[in-house]
Amino acid sequence: MIKKYSKSFFIHSFLILISFLSLFPFLWLISTALKGIDENIFQYPPSFLPKNPTFDNFIGVWKQIPFLLYFLNSFIVAAFTVILNLIFSSLAAYPLARMKFKGKNFIFSLILATIMIPFQAIMLPVYLIVLKLHLVDSYGCISGYLGLILPFAVNAFGIFLMRQAFLAIPKEMEEAAFIDGCSIFNIWFKILMPMTAPTLAVLAIFTFIGSWGEFLWPSIVLTQKTLYTLPVGVNDLQGMFSANWRYIAAGSIISIIPIIIFFIIMQKYFVSGQNEGAVKG
Amino acid sequence: MNTYYKKYIPYLFLLPALVLLAVFFFLPFFDTFIISLKDYSSDIYNPSFAGLNNYSLLFKSKEFYTVFFNTFLFLILVVPFLAVFPLIVAIFINQKIRGISIYKVLIYLPVVVSIVVVAIAFKWLYAQEGILNYFLQLLNINPIGWLTDTKFAMLSVAIVTIYKGIGYYMMIYLSALIGVPKDLYEAADVDGASVFYKHLTVTIPHLMPTIALVVTVSSISALKVFAEIYVMTKGGPLNSTKTIVYYIYERAFENLDLSMASCASVILLIVILMFSIINITFFESKRYKL
Repeated sequence: MIKKYSKSFFIHSFLILISFLSLFPFLWLISTALKGIDENIFQYPPSFLPKNPTFDNFIGVWKQIPFLLYFLNSFIVAAFTVILNLIFSSLAAYPLARMKFKGKNFIFSLILATIMIPFQAIMLPVYLIVLKLHLVDSYGCISGYLGLILPFAVNAFGIFLMRQAFLAIPKEMEEAAFIDGCSIFNIWFKILMPMTAPTLAVLAIFTFIGSWGEFLWPSIVLTQKTLYTLPVGVNDLQGMFSANWRYIAAGSIISIIPIIIFFIIMQKYFVSGQNEGAVKG
Repeated sequence: MNTYYKKYIPYLFLLPALVLLAVFFFLPFFDTFIISLKDYSSDIYNPSFAGLNNYSLLFKSKEFYTVFFNTFLFLILVVPFLAVFPLIVAIFINQKIRGISIYKVLIYLPVVVSIVVVAIAFKWLYAQEGILNYFLQLLNINPIGWLTDTKFAMLSVAIVTIYKGIGYYMMIYLSALIGVPKDLYEAADVDGASVFYKHLTVTIPHLMPTIALVVTVSSISALKVFAEIYVMTKGGPLNSTKTIVYYIYERAFENLDLSMASCASVILLIVILMFSIINITFFESKRYKL
């Protein structure tokens, strides 16, 4: 009995320590953000709890930085990236899972081969192509959004994931529907799509997180502050408030609130242990 | 039943995805090679053909060797830790105790938060008069220039990448741990094996394919590191944290040196291709079976 308790005590202690370390950088940001001007944020020993907690820094940074706009931009980009990925991936996955046609294996191999092409190695020509197609913010905000969305509107992981999901559905469903006079498009849209809803949800959530956190591409293509997404806007805080760590900390915390809420609501999708293949490494 | 669609239908379904992949993957993939063979220095709109000249310039530049060295130094700092530590955490999480899901959520949290915010948070921890140097002072160690000392900067960046990756690889290990047969543990229990010995002889051998997968996946993502460096050090001090993607970014978008950027991109493509081929032939061939 005692051995059992000491074992679980040991396990809990270890996991509490790791969880604490995992939260610590954020907790320290919050602590800094809550400290007023009267409190030295560089003092030794540091005070972990602010003496006179204040929201002044949050209010101050909120007034100077258009967080709602950045949030809206991030949301538009992430939402459309998700929708296009769901549609295009499952459209492409359907014939790959179900139909016989010339060049099927070749096309599927070609699609999978793109997994091996890192975006970082082709970003320069992608940028030149986007420029040529006038999909940058200097041609207006729609062009700007399209330039952020289209290069990530489909990826091989999504196609692969949807193909697997379609393969798991019994063929008889479609055959019955066809005999009843259902068109091929409707078979895909009204039968296969609803039946693969759980996979679509996984694909949606991980695509959303990926798009929401994307930094490299938006920092390359964006020139207008009105189109900044959250990561680009947050990085900009450093330049704007160079040494004012209270503001930088407050701004950083504000910027992660939406994704933390999203994560807590959707937590079962992240930590259920079923979806490890769904995200890019 | 195999004629319930017209011949062109499959291609119609594939069309949008293939067009996007062609425009944003295959075309730029070949462009990278083409640009790397051209000379833009006299006229950026009318480049002349330069053959392999750009590559010989790249291999003659001292900076590129530094960049190459840094990239692999970063990989070596990050990968062993990401292969081992998340496994230990996953083994702890995999025990039947209360409150597991709250631990999972807390440890996974850094994965979903933008890397930019994580890097800013660490920049603050690393400040000269920051909290980490205070802890060092408690241990009677002189303050470290975490991001300003060429000896420590790369390690400091690597710590951020490790921190951000632990939850992700922990989940990969956790789903693999579920597949380890329970009776093997019971047999080890009957033999009176210690906890440590049990994991060494049962868990580790069973997870070898997963460990190998984590090694290649984390290697590939280490080769692609960018945001941490951009936010915290901009490649400095004295190029000590300049890795290949940062170099490509700097060449392409700050110096407008398209040729050098593309040569470095080709090198990156080749290196990542090698890792991917190892990954796919050895570990994921089943997953992507046609």
